[in-house]
Amino acid sequence: MSGREFNSMHKQGNGVPSPAQPITHSPPDPAASSVPMDLITLNDIYKTYHVGEIDVPVLKGVSLRVGRGEMVALMGASGSGKSTLMNILGCLDRPTSGEYWLDGQECSRLTNDERAMVRNHKIGFVFQSFNLLPRTSALHQVMMPLTYTGHNLTRAEGRERAIQMLQRVGLGDRMDHEPSQLSGGQQQRVAIARALVNRPPLLFADEPTGNLDSHTSEDVLKMFQQINAEEGITIILVTHDSNVANHAKRTIRIRDGLIESGAFGVEIPPPPLPIPIAAAANGAPLIAAPIPQAPWGKVLHASDVDDEPAGVR
Amino acid sequence: MRFIRTFQTALHALGRNVMRAILTTLGIVIGIAAVIAMVAIGNGSADAIQKTIASLGANSLLILPGSTSSGGVSSGVGTSMKLTPEDCDAVLRDCPDVLYAAPVVRVRTQVIYGNRNTVPPYEYGTTPEFLNVRDWTDMEAGSCFTDQDVRNSSKVCIIGMTTARTLFDDASPVGQEIRLRNAMFKVVGVLSSKGANMWGTDQDDVIIAPWTSIKANVSGSSAQVANQSAAAAATSGAVNTLTQLYPTTGFNLFDAPTADQLADTPLQVRFVNIDQIYVSAASPEDIAPAMREVDALLRERHKITADDEEDFDVRDMTEMVKKFTSASDTMGTLLFAVACISLVVGGVGIMNIMLVSVTERTREIGLRMAVGARASDILWQFLTEAVLLCMAGGILGIILGYIASKSVTAFFGWATRISVASAIVAFLVSAVVGAVFGFYPAWKASRLDPIDALRYE
Repeated sequence: MSGREFNSMHKQGNGVPSPAQPITHSPPDPAASSVPMDLITLNDIYKTYHVGEIDVPVLKGVSLRVGRGEMVALMGASGSGKSTLMNILGCLDRPTSGEYWLDGQECSRLTNDERAMVRNHKIGFVFQSFNLLPRTSALHQVMMPLTYTGHNLTRAEGRERAIQMLQRVGLGDRMDHEPSQLSGGQQQRVAIARALVNRPPLLFADEPTGNLDSHTSEDVLKMFQQINAEEGITIILVTHDSNVANHAKRTIRIRDGLIESGAFGVEIPPPPLPIPIAAAANGAPLIAAPIPQAPWGKVLHASDVDDEPAGVR
Repeated sequence: MRFIRTFQTALHALGRNVMRAILTTLGIVIGIAAVIAMVAIGNGSADAIQKTIASLGANSLLILPGSTSSGGVSSGVGTSMKLTPEDCDAVLRDCPDVLYAAPVVRVRTQVIYGNRNTVPPYEYGTTPEFLNVRDWTDMEAGSCFTDQDVRNSSKVCIIGMTTARTLFDDASPVGQEIRLRNAMFKVVGVLSSKGANMWGTDQDDVIIAPWTSIKANVSGSSAQVANQSAAAAATSGAVNTLTQLYPTTGFNLFDAPTADQLADTPLQVRFVNIDQIYVSAASPEDIAPAMREVDALLRERHKITADDEEDFDVRDMTEMVKKFTSASDTMGTLLFAVACISLVVGGVGIMNIMLVSVTERTREIGLRMAVGARASDILWQFLTEAVLLCMAGGILGIILGYIASKSVTAFFGWATRISVASAIVAFLVSAVVGAVFGFYPAWKASRLDPIDALRYE
């Protein structure tokens, strides 16, 4: 999709659930042709790498759906196309063909900069190796993504939000610590706080427990479950460890570039919005409101990101 | 807003490795310091030369008599004694671009006061205007002799500081009488100090008197006449001696001429020759036209046709000025070039370290891209780092250069002048060096693929 189409789509979407079809030639399946209701909808995704003269197909027609507020594990052996699928889902890479709808926006043909913006606003990443900046305090680590946000967020506000996030992951007393002064579990929690600071609807965790011992792994996974339950953030755990996958409600298995099982779940859960937060009644969580989610079908645009949802402090 | 964030990010990234930042920017610091110090030294030496030249007399021209030649043998400059005080008056009167003109008679003789004596290198017989030409009107004590003294051949003089010290120690010379050959000259003033000239001769070792009295009482002939035969043949002194030996008064061989006869046959006036004429043009721009005017006028006065060679020589001090300043300019340019090379070397150092830094921080770049940094954000971040590094180096370099040039003045006694312009230019150049040499690493960083960058080990 070219930039012009992206813009025209935005005009169509305009913040209301739009039945209008963004694609001119209408496919026969009405579910696929209208803007999908799920957070993630993949339709027939192909990805082929060109190695010299040879084409290497990695994904061979992947279709799947992930609803809002779900916690899904993505499993597969190495070489199965798991990483490629994750890169496409994470808007780090583009599919060769197929549609990828994320939060009401078609992402398969965005330019590099547009995908950067999608990553910034809609996706949080947690990596196996934490990927923290060396010699940088935890607070600055968490504030880092805000640098690239179009928000008219002052530094003080950004700092405030980063402090909230660190307190949320239980590191309120370690804000000035650098990565070398933190344990593995603590480092990964800093990374989680960093992934959540822009309040994305989707969180990717790529082997988040790969570098942690079993005890710490359990803590981190519990934290993911908690975030998922309390804030309704959709979490995709990419793993090859079935113990980790068991913490998710659903497991998507991929093998040889095709989905083996779990592509659509047993039943598509209809998540009500806003998701009630049990903990909010206790006054415990620092994020007192549901994570802001664009109305379904809304296409993200630079002007939208300045909308501060009511109730968020 | 975005710029401020980029700036903060870059500053923070540099702050993560202060030691490396300092070492990286050291090349720029040294380069800029070298530029500042070199320019300061160059300026200082140019100033010193200007000052020395100005002490010789600003915009001055020197008219020297030409040379005689006998049978193809030249006797050298000054042997043809054809300059007269009237030439000097005419130059002043008829050349519009000439501001001052002073005739000069030079002697070299012993000066005696009490039991002390000296032979100053400069003993001038001239008019008070000489001081205007030489830009030397400041008097330490007393005042200069007057035009009246020149007309009267008064035996008065003014002396320089060194001569005064030699003859009088700390006592005041004004009002005292000193002896030149057999004539007593009363000291009426002491000149202010002027220091050494370009050749290192002490300009304050000087005695200046009315040229008429020097001519009448001290100089038998010109001091510049090295040629014995020329000295014997020429000048008024010899005539005066002859007049004394063979008085012509009281014995008229012929009838006294009538007024008509006198008008018809004007008396052949024996010119009193002078050694040099000092001329000063109104401004440096007037020097060339003044030279042309003087040349034309003297040719006319000396009845020299266009084909013949002049019997005088007009010299332009600015030629000398140009030689000296061009020498100092060449030195300055060389120093500047060397300093610029060191800046380029510093820039290459920046580029090298930035490239290393980009490789080292590949994962960081991947992470930043994953959390939403665009390629342009990365480009700007690294470019800002390089420029910040260089500008910080520039500021440090300016400070270091300032200290260096002050130390040069303090330890070696070289004159230095730090120019604000060179500091500003150095600062801008350092920023440009940062931008130029930081661009490639920054561009390389921005071209990284986030997937590969995140996996980079």
